[in-house]
Formats: sequence, structure tokens, C-alpha cells
Amino acid sequence: MGAAILAAIFAAFVFFGRESPRTYDETVIILPPPPGKSIGGVVVKRGTEEHLLNAAYASSRISGTGDVQVVQSNPTEVHASFSDVIAALPPRPATFMLYFITGKDVLTPQSEIELQGVLAEMKKRPSPDVLVIGHTDTQGGLDSNDALSLQRAERVKTFLVGIGIPPERITVAGRGDRDLLIPTGPDVDEPRNRRVEINVR
Amino acid sequence: MRILALLAGLALAIPAFAADVGQVKTAHGAVHIERGGQKLAVTPGMNVQQSDTIVTGADGAVGVTFSDNSLLSAGPNTVLAIDRYAFDSTTHDGMFDASVRQGTLAVVSGNIVKQTPGAMRIHTPASIMGVRGTEFVVRVNDAGR
Repeated sequence: MGAAILAAIFAAFVFFGRESPRTYDETVIILPPPPGKSIGGVVVKRGTEEHLLNAAYASSRISGTGDVQVVQSNPTEVHASFSDVIAALPPRPATFMLYFITGKDVLTPQSEIELQGVLAEMKKRPSPDVLVIGHTDTQGGLDSNDALSLQRAERVKTFLVGIGIPPERITVAGRGDRDLLIPTGPDVDEPRNRRVEINVR
Repeated sequence: MRILALLAGLALAIPAFAADVGQVKTAHGAVHIERGGQKLAVTPGMNVQQSDTIVTGADGAVGVTFSDNSLLSAGPNTVLAIDRYAFDSTTHDGMFDASVRQGTLAVVSGNIVKQTPGAMRIHTPASIMGVRGTEFVVRVNDAGR
């Protein structure tokens, strides 16, 4: 009798103390890209397995002890299971482009209008911040273009502060000639590349 | 238990200078950030730092814009850790590792991935996603274990 009870306790101990294999339930779904954008995709890696998802609604499911299946999802599933998280995404950054009058520390008339657009865009957004990114053309060396692009961004920051945007809401960056609007070779005078981009976020 | 152990590990890993890497833009319902052993209430405008863990309740949702223009949002009952984030605003070189332990996540990749496809990685209990540039959603049900 005593032995039977001990055996039962031992069996229960073994049963409840056992490491049961972990099980999973995971889903990934690629969303359709915004108009004009392509899908670079997502590579889902599980151990040595790799699955590239690179089409709208391509989906991977990991279930049970970890089997991966690639399936096609659809707008109905995305709406049913993900509408709340998609609704919480911050608004996409809005972009504005400013140009200086060549050889002068003055914005072009069109750019003055853009500046007002920045203000209007900020009013539409929850807790907005502004990123100001300076660019140069390919004349000059790497270091001097990095410095020049940052100077241009700083200059535009002073304009933004001047129209009432709090300085602590503004970040500046200089990209030098790494991000040409108009692709050119080295040492090319291209006014359209000498610009300042503003992201309202 | 496992989550507690992970959080304890993250708390130790917080560097002396934790720079702001993103900003909360949307927040609804119960949302908090765990940072250095503290629970901070989340409101729009709050800065997000490397090693933060973002936690939402049953009615919670939160959206964050990162310095490279990556957008991430977490739906209800979600635990999302910002494990590692680095971004050079001049060269656009960087890396971004985040983990979703449970719940839902939406991602719009940004300039880190544009410069270096795959430099953003989303970790789940069962997999690692290398992001090459796209918008996608993830769900992790914590039914298992």
C-alpha cells in the first residue's frame, strides 16, 4: 500500500516535472506596398531553413513544435487579425524639398511656400518632429560636402525656428553627395542636387 | 518566468548613455515601457531608447517612428523589445534588432534597410526575420510552451 502511494507520487512528479516540447503559433504576412513601391521582402529563418516572402499577402506560419509553412494570405485575414495594430502605425513621413538661390543664402520663392507646407503638415500630426537633411552636388570632396550639407540643413533649421517650430523638435543631418536627386558623375555642378529635404514625422 | 529572466538580462545590458532612437507617435489604452527596471507610462512624444521593452495591455496599442524613418506598431497584449539600434544619419549605415515575445507587430522598414537590406531583424520565439524592405505584420500567440 505504502509502496503504491510512493509509486503514484513518483509517477506524478515525473509527469508534471517533465520538460514538454515547446509549441509555437506564429504568423507573418507581407502587406501590399504603397503605390509605386516594390517589395524587397522578408526572409523568415528557422534554424537552417529560410523562406523568402516577397509578394503581397505572402505568409509564413510556424505551428506545433516548429514546422514552417508558406501560404497565401488575403485582405480578409489581415483585416480580421491585424486592423488594430495597423491602425496604430505612425503616419508615413511627409517630404518637402527646398532649394537656395544659387550663390545666395536665400531660399527660392517656391521653397518659401514649401516652408509653410511644413508648418501645415505638422499641425495634422500627433506629436510631430522634423528631420532636416542637407544634400550637395558632386563638386568638392567627401568631407567638405558632408560639412556643407550639414551647414545647409542647419541654415534651414534656423528658418524653421523663425516660423515658430520649436528647436527641440528639429533634428539635422547632412548626407553630402550620397543621395543625388539627379544622378551625375563626379565633379558636376548640378543645382537640383544642392537641396535640403525635410521629413515631417 | 522566462520573460522575467530576459528582462533582468536586458536591464543589465543597458548602456551608460542610452540615446533616443525613436519617438512614440500614437498610444491608446494601457501601454508602458520597461527601462532599467522601471515601468514608464507611455504618451505620444515620449522618446524610445535602445533596450526598452514596450508592453501593451488588452486594450493597448502604440506606434513608434524611429530615427531612420522605420515605423513599428504593437497591438494589444504585446511584448516588444528594442534589443539593438544603431543608425548613422550621414551614411545611413545601421542595424536594428527587435523581438516580439507575444502579441502583434506591424513594420514599415526605413533607411537602415534601404542602405543595407537585411540589417533589420525581427526575432520571435521560433524564428528570425531578415527585413529587405517592405511592410508586414507579425503575430506571436503565446499559447505554446
